[in-house]
Amino acid sequence: MGLELYLDLLSASCRAVYIFARKNSIPFDFQFVDLLKGHHHSKEYREINPLKKLPSLKDGKFILSESVAILFYLCRKYSTPSHWYPPDLHTRARVDEFMAWQHTAIQLPMNKILWIKLLIPMITGEEVPAEKTEQMLVEAKNNMQLFEEKFLQDKMFITGDHISLADLVALVEMMQPMGSKYNVFVNSSKIAEWRMRVELAIGSGLFWEAHDRLMNLAEWDCSTLDPMVKEKICELLQKFK
Amino acid sequence: MGLELYLDLLSQPCRAVYIFAKKNRIPFELRPVDLLKGQHLSDAFAQVNPLKKVPALKDGNFTLAESVAILLYLTRKYKVPDHWYPQDVQACALVDEYLAWQHTALRRSCLRALWHKVMFPIFLGEPVSPEMLAATLAELDVTVQLLEDRFLQNKAFLTGPHISLADLVAITELMHPVGAGCQVFEGRPRLAAWRQRVEAAVGEDLFREAHEVILKAKDSPPADPTIKQKLMPLVLAMIQ
Repeated sequence: MGLELYLDLLSASCRAVYIFARKNSIPFDFQFVDLLKGHHHSKEYREINPLKKLPSLKDGKFILSESVAILFYLCRKYSTPSHWYPPDLHTRARVDEFMAWQHTAIQLPMNKILWIKLLIPMITGEEVPAEKTEQMLVEAKNNMQLFEEKFLQDKMFITGDHISLADLVALVEMMQPMGSKYNVFVNSSKIAEWRMRVELAIGSGLFWEAHDRLMNLAEWDCSTLDPMVKEKICELLQKFK
Repeated sequence: MGLELYLDLLSQPCRAVYIFAKKNRIPFELRPVDLLKGQHLSDAFAQVNPLKKVPALKDGNFTLAESVAILLYLTRKYKVPDHWYPQDVQACALVDEYLAWQHTALRRSCLRALWHKVMFPIFLGEPVSPEMLAATLAELDVTVQLLEDRFLQNKAFLTGPHISLADLVAITELMHPVGAGCQVFEGRPRLAAWRQRVEAAVGEDLFREAHEVILKAKDSPPADPTIKQKLMPLVLAMIQ
């Protein structure tokens, strides 16, 4: 058995890994773990990742979780072009800096927007209080501003003239609210232009293929949702009240 | 000007960077940034780190934020012993895996434990409801158990037989609730044994020195009203 990637492209972290592997022609078996059906809780998947999270990588007997770790592993094992994770000390540090910051500054807030604007109302039938929604959107906006001022600045990409892992991860995460038809790119022409550049560097075909499931999420028939999962989500809503 | 590290040892990631630099005899100027006085919010510090957080590094004209990035930078620039961040692709991946996971897991639980148990009531003069505190400590308990069951298991160190960046980042995180008076190692012999090993590998004197500040967190004098006003929204955002 060759390289296996356990993915659901609804997850931004999965999209980063998928796009990277496909773009670099890394051969792998796509193991679909359906988040909407709760398959990440299955006994089979828990053997791969007891934390029940996606993505996971399985390479022979070696199992790895965490998209950032997986991306670095793929870079090293498959000797991908150096612009993805540049060898220069300072440039590489810039990628590391963004990869560390994004967990709490970009990924979390962007995912919360999707939950607040689409998934929670869809599944529970209730809206999240306007105050909390506003708070979330302001936080996301502030972090987008920080992204522009500190990470992107006046460069074409985060590290300079070429796309790196940082741009890939940043973009797939910023796409997450699009699932709820909320566009974070409209407020800044600089960011909108960067977004286009990253899409083109990846290849628009691959980019949009990877985002197809997310873009169609609003059409999901959530009546098929496992009642146990639904209960957990209703509990989640309580936290926002 | 040589390497400068902007640190407050009250902060977990600062402790990891401090210990790492000292252990590897990396020459640096310590630039103290007093978090409880709001010094991280100054315009001067924003020149070093516009994200207004510690730790931050300045090496000539090069500035860098984020402890994980700083640790990796120091690892590469000063060519430290291999075990900290192994050349072997799979061994290295396991360190990356831990360093990624901890941001939203252990880091968060430990920070909330310190602030809900000690810093809110004592430093900010804001009471925390027993329910909130109980929930935070329960969450901490779950995360520490995860650390043991998923990462440490029966190994000597988190990612294998030797200490790595993962252990350093983890131990400095766990000292946060320890500083708050939480007995995270009690009833966890495997984890307690790992702690001894990490302390021994780092050097007990260095470990003690790095943790002097956090172990005195309960003695923090109350914040004056101006500072409190300044810090409150940031603290709330930090621990959410």
